[in-house]
Amino acid sequence: MKRIATVSLAGCFGCHMSLLDIDERIIDLMKLVEFDRTPLNDLKSFTRRCDIGLIEGSCCNEENVATLREFRRQCDTLVGVGQCAIMGGLPVMRNAIMHSDDPLLECLEEAYLNSRLVYNPTNDMPNDPALPLLLDKVYICSQVVKIDYVIPGCPPSGDLLWSVLTALINGTPITTPPGGVKYD
Amino acid sequence: MSEVNSPMSKTKVIEIEPLTRVEGHGKVSIHLDDNNQVHDARLHIVEFRGFERFIRGRPYWEAPMIVQRLCGICPVSHNLAAAKAMDQIVGAPRLTPTAEKIRRLTHYGQIMQSHVLHFFHLCAPDLLFGFDADASMRNVFALINLKPDLAMQAVRMRKFGQEVIRATSGKKIHGACAIPGGVNKNLSIPERDALLKDMDQMKKWAQGALVIARDYTLENLSMIERFATFSSSYLALVREDGALDLYHGALRAMDGGGNLIFDQADYRNYGDFIMEEVKPWSYMKFPFIKMRGRIDGWYRVGPLARLNCSGYIDTPEAAKALVEFKSLTGGRPNHMTLAYHWARMVEVIHCVEKIGELLNDPDLQGEDLAVKGDRAEEGIGVIEAPRGTLIHHYRVDENDLITYCNLIVSTTNNNEAINRAITSVAKSHLSGAPRITDGMLNHIEVAVRAYDPCLSCATHALGQMPLIVEVFDTSGVLIESRTREK
Repeated sequence: MKRIATVSLAGCFGCHMSLLDIDERIIDLMKLVEFDRTPLNDLKSFTRRCDIGLIEGSCCNEENVATLREFRRQCDTLVGVGQCAIMGGLPVMRNAIMHSDDPLLECLEEAYLNSRLVYNPTNDMPNDPALPLLLDKVYICSQVVKIDYVIPGCPPSGDLLWSVLTALINGTPITTPPGGVKYD
Repeated sequence: MSEVNSPMSKTKVIEIEPLTRVEGHGKVSIHLDDNNQVHDARLHIVEFRGFERFIRGRPYWEAPMIVQRLCGICPVSHNLAAAKAMDQIVGAPRLTPTAEKIRRLTHYGQIMQSHVLHFFHLCAPDLLFGFDADASMRNVFALINLKPDLAMQAVRMRKFGQEVIRATSGKKIHGACAIPGGVNKNLSIPERDALLKDMDQMKKWAQGALVIARDYTLENLSMIERFATFSSSYLALVREDGALDLYHGALRAMDGGGNLIFDQADYRNYGDFIMEEVKPWSYMKFPFIKMRGRIDGWYRVGPLARLNCSGYIDTPEAAKALVEFKSLTGGRPNHMTLAYHWARMVEVIHCVEKIGELLNDPDLQGEDLAVKGDRAEEGIGVIEAPRGTLIHHYRVDENDLITYCNLIVSTTNNNEAINRAITSVAKSHLSGAPRITDGMLNHIEVAVRAYDPCLSCATHALGQMPLIVEVFDTSGVLIESRTREK
């Protein structure tokens, strides 16, 4: 039986929700694959090597990068699912803040200092070691590791995910449902 | 106790990472002293989006479409809250009946699917198989194997909610339902009939889900009364007459004794009532009710808060369910963290009943979809999202570009409560334990999950983050400073 792992990096979880939109076919999926690490179960790390890894989201902090590299090491085939993984999606919009001399400072001040609704008498920013360091920019998955397949869409529909997944699992050519591939 | 903590000091830290069976990304750290006594537990929101900053300079009509992509679980809520704010920008304080009813329909569909997903797909394994069950049992796949009929009901109930969203928004996730001043489409007769044929089945299954959640609460009451149960204030939108209303209303806040802190407050004045505290160990801020002060002003939102705040429900089966829910605590506020599950299933019944009412309303086939009036510069939209009160605030300049945005998402409102819940459970279950087991740590996650936190939403806060991390010992002395290499 094929083994599959999934993760959501800097994404909205919508691609995982779309995977659940295969609805009743989840029973068929369970006959085809075993799930290793995924946020849908309580496996927090890989238990063994996997055939397929599904990546939702891009990389916005050092943990995302480490997790993505771990998926590359542990999975034979890595699939970028959805616009965030492939092209950055909503998170990558922060890369476009370029007009300021110090966009970082501007961002921090707006979030934690300037608003009249913020209570922050010491003017400190969140800086605890428990928080992973943010990357200077959001990086798409293929900038960090080799990605074997991508499934476009925001999110790709459950039907499209089903078509691609079953083809990958069965080793058959990928056919997509009519009108099923959307680049929104 | 120091606010900062160090791996090099004497304090031991246990991390639960990643949190699983919650939506989005987060982790919990549990801080133990030399004698293995828990002195603190924290929920850390570790990611950022930067939405409030990068939405500036974009045309206002993009906001309802872009902002929903903060969250794939409750995109409809963000779409609607932003659209409600933009209604004020385009001068449409009152929508056409078709527009308001289509928005309500999609909203009820989404709350139904979100609650069902949370209860069955994510939490049911804890409730049905036990908090201490083997990790391999604690997931929806085990539920499908061991309770296939129940699992199929869950799958089909969620599917129904998603189909309601698709019928009104064009697709199930990140669709295009609401626009400034109205909606994009009405509901055709064939779309309506496709949904109507499942209504009776949904009502039956919703009742069944309620019975599971209620019976679980009553049968385990002595445990639940000790599991992260604490008095707090509550905040929710309610209708003018005090009824539960998930789409529109005014703010009501009550204290732990059930006394009103404020009532029928216009949500456009939310800034008069709520402030947010910054703490160094989470990117998620800590809101509090101003008049109660920073220490005592924290509150809870979401299904439990809504049922505590609502006087009644205007659909018959949910009304009965509410009476039964309230009778457990003699009409006083229910403070039990695990009662969120029961409250959630009461709301599922309400949503199914509302969907049934709306589908039979000919206004859904109306042609007047959007209105416009005098242009304004500021708009504030508030909605009861599945996880609680969701606040969107925008300012727009004369060129139609957004100049200011502030979001307070549902899970942020519950930040302090979740931290208190996990600290309480950690103290009672982990303190002094010679060995920390997987089952013990799952108790912590059970407490987190009860709030159905949407960590995806909670990561919206501002963009690029500090690149320097400083490590302090417990007396606050700086012992290490780390700078990200460029």
